[in-house]
Amino acid sequence: MATAFSATLPLHGSSQENRLLLPPTRLPPPSSFLGSTRSLPIRRLNHAHAARRSPVVAVQEIVKEKKPTNSLLITKEEGLVLYEDMILGRSFEDMCAQMYYRGKMFGFVHLYNGQEAVSTGFIKLLTKSDSVVSTYRDHVHALSKGVSARAVMSELFGKVTGCCRGQGGSMHMFSKEHNMLGGFAFIGEGIPVATGAAFTSKYKREVLKQDCDDVTVAFFGDGTCNNGQFYECLNMAALYKLPIIFVVENNLWAIGMSHLRSTSDPEIWKKGPAFGMPGVHVDGMDVLKVREVAKEAVSRARRGEGPTLVECETYRFRGHSLADPDELRDAAEKAKYAARDPITALKKYLIENKLANEGELKTIEKKIDDLVEEAVEFADASPQPGRSQLLENVFADPKGFGIGPDGRYRCEDPKFTEGTAQV
Amino acid sequence: REKMWGILRQRGIDGGGLSLRRTRSASVSARSYAAGSKEMTVRDALNSAIDEEMSADPKVFVMGEEVGQYQGAYKITKGLLEKYGPERVYDTPITEAGFTGIGVGAAYAGLKPVVEFMTFNFSMQAIDHIINSAAKSNYMSAGQINVPIVFRGPNGAAAGVGAQHSQCYAAWYASVPGLKVLAPYSAEDARGLLKAAIRDPDPVVFLENELLYGESFPISEEALDSSFCLPIGKAKIERQGKDVTIVTFSKMVGFALKAAEKLAEEGISAEVINLRSIRPLDRATINASVRKTSRLVTVEEGFPQHGVCAEICASVVEESFSYLDAPVERIAGADVPMPYAANLERLALPQVEDIVRAAKRACYRSK
Repeated sequence: MATAFSATLPLHGSSQENRLLLPPTRLPPPSSFLGSTRSLPIRRLNHAHAARRSPVVAVQEIVKEKKPTNSLLITKEEGLVLYEDMILGRSFEDMCAQMYYRGKMFGFVHLYNGQEAVSTGFIKLLTKSDSVVSTYRDHVHALSKGVSARAVMSELFGKVTGCCRGQGGSMHMFSKEHNMLGGFAFIGEGIPVATGAAFTSKYKREVLKQDCDDVTVAFFGDGTCNNGQFYECLNMAALYKLPIIFVVENNLWAIGMSHLRSTSDPEIWKKGPAFGMPGVHVDGMDVLKVREVAKEAVSRARRGEGPTLVECETYRFRGHSLADPDELRDAAEKAKYAARDPITALKKYLIENKLANEGELKTIEKKIDDLVEEAVEFADASPQPGRSQLLENVFADPKGFGIGPDGRYRCEDPKFTEGTAQV
Repeated sequence: REKMWGILRQRGIDGGGLSLRRTRSASVSARSYAAGSKEMTVRDALNSAIDEEMSADPKVFVMGEEVGQYQGAYKITKGLLEKYGPERVYDTPITEAGFTGIGVGAAYAGLKPVVEFMTFNFSMQAIDHIINSAAKSNYMSAGQINVPIVFRGPNGAAAGVGAQHSQCYAAWYASVPGLKVLAPYSAEDARGLLKAAIRDPDPVVFLENELLYGESFPISEEALDSSFCLPIGKAKIERQGKDVTIVTFSKMVGFALKAAEKLAEEGISAEVINLRSIRPLDRATINASVRKTSRLVTVEEGFPQHGVCAEICASVVEESFSYLDAPVERIAGADVPMPYAANLERLALPQVEDIVRAAKRACYRSK
């Protein structure tokens, strides 16, 4: 199992050790976390999430405890959940590309192919009330968080049945129900918003005295790590000890700008300890490694110990967006990462460790294919938004449209939704 | 409330900064304000509004630079840290983009932040969050996520603070759909509008004026009540008149009222409208007034091009063209970055004489 995940990481140049657990190749400075997940005994890790498991898993727990050297990181159920989520992400994005080239989708579409391990690894550990904040590359984050494929596809088609009624689009996936807080086009914009959501969680606990241990996960890229807002938030999150996890999806490229060309110190995880929080580097093409790091970071946040910065080294198989010709990236680099496809790796792990067989995995793939096809049909068949929707939802309080010529609030006018503009 | 007032007075809340304590003359107060014998400075009014809203709703919290231990850069948040503690009054580091974003995120998640900018000039460092994450969110999420946040702070020119501290942002923020932009003048405006803003479920940009903080205004019993609120989107007619309509907001309302007195001496009866709300703009009141007087003079402190006055003039020309007897008059700050020298600064901002001159021009043109 370890061999599938132990390819060398270009930034470090040294080969990965065969470890079941976390792979930080540099030890964080002794004063900080130490979570060093390296020193984390397997036992404690299991105990931490034993409560969340089903009885079948408990049996494996016992087996694991008896034979620590032969422990698997996941159970069959968990493995299948992870596999399904990654396949959903991949199929959905591939379908998006097809639909875009057929003209059904338009504008800016940024696909997540290749990075599924990060989204699945983190978001599958969260509860419904935990929040996720993302960037414009947010389709898969929304799907992992629980927004239905139908709703996301309709949103991309600009139909009224989309998760934001067609008003947001590819880059602005919001879902209050699933606590998917967007979907932001400006890089770095989501980080302070995520910090604010984490702030609310702490405020609810301390000031409003509610029982709240929700955490927030902020996803952003390597380019964002050169943006001022990132540092401002690292500072404040550590200062106020907020329950947030900053996840850097370092795919080494910001459109055509290589991370190494634009950053004075390309090792992003190091920036965490500078602000007093642990910084962890993990292989983002390996969903199990990401999941292990995520478990520790999430439970740290839930315990009230504060933020963590996790740098996931990953890769996007497609260009920055569907309009990007992707000419600057070296074919050899692409091939190298394609060989480390997270889905193939997990499949291999599941089969080699007898957690699932080909048949079961094929069933899942077929199921997802059908789901995505159905989502496209649903989106195609849905109507476009009505004209009156143009002026709706500008304000939560419609009195914000002011007072009409008759001295009464405009929103009380029976013809209000027809708007005052000529549409 | 009386006790709170007493305490605030003892702490010398009117001290610090520029306190222009000018009491209104009796005749003006009888004409323009509700009959009230109490006076309150705008600073006290804002402080009491935030205080009352914080005590009514535990989800309201204050965040900004120097709002806590320093008691507020302009002492608006004086006493709040002692009363509510550091969990509800946050002294932030100097990170406008960061803390504004945190406020917006907290509002997404259900809290009601009151974010203070030391001056609105600093809001430019956070403008992405005000516009992109706050104003547009309710629309982009199709009503799922509303942002009940208030961004407040002093706006416009102060006295001798130079070009980078003197810009008026009313026009910038008022052009964005999804924001509500308020600009109080008197203490009653300040109290009522700030309370309405904090209770409002949408993002509100609350533009105060540093030079008005120390000014006292008469205030009615009704305005001192803790449930007092002014409607957002409704302008106030400060002074009735029939010859020319002067429309303005914030500090310029005071100048307009003085100009109206001067004009009255010359037989011109000016109607002064205090906008209170820049977005949504109360076009109905403005147009009704212009239809009555047939002449319009708009005044603002900000830069002239694409300003609030331009919008008002356009609105009046579109809706009440046939009622106009004279071209619309627009008085704005000079089209230059604010100079430092006191005499140049005076020249760069509208003065009472400018308003009088423009009003006379509007009146004589028809002859």
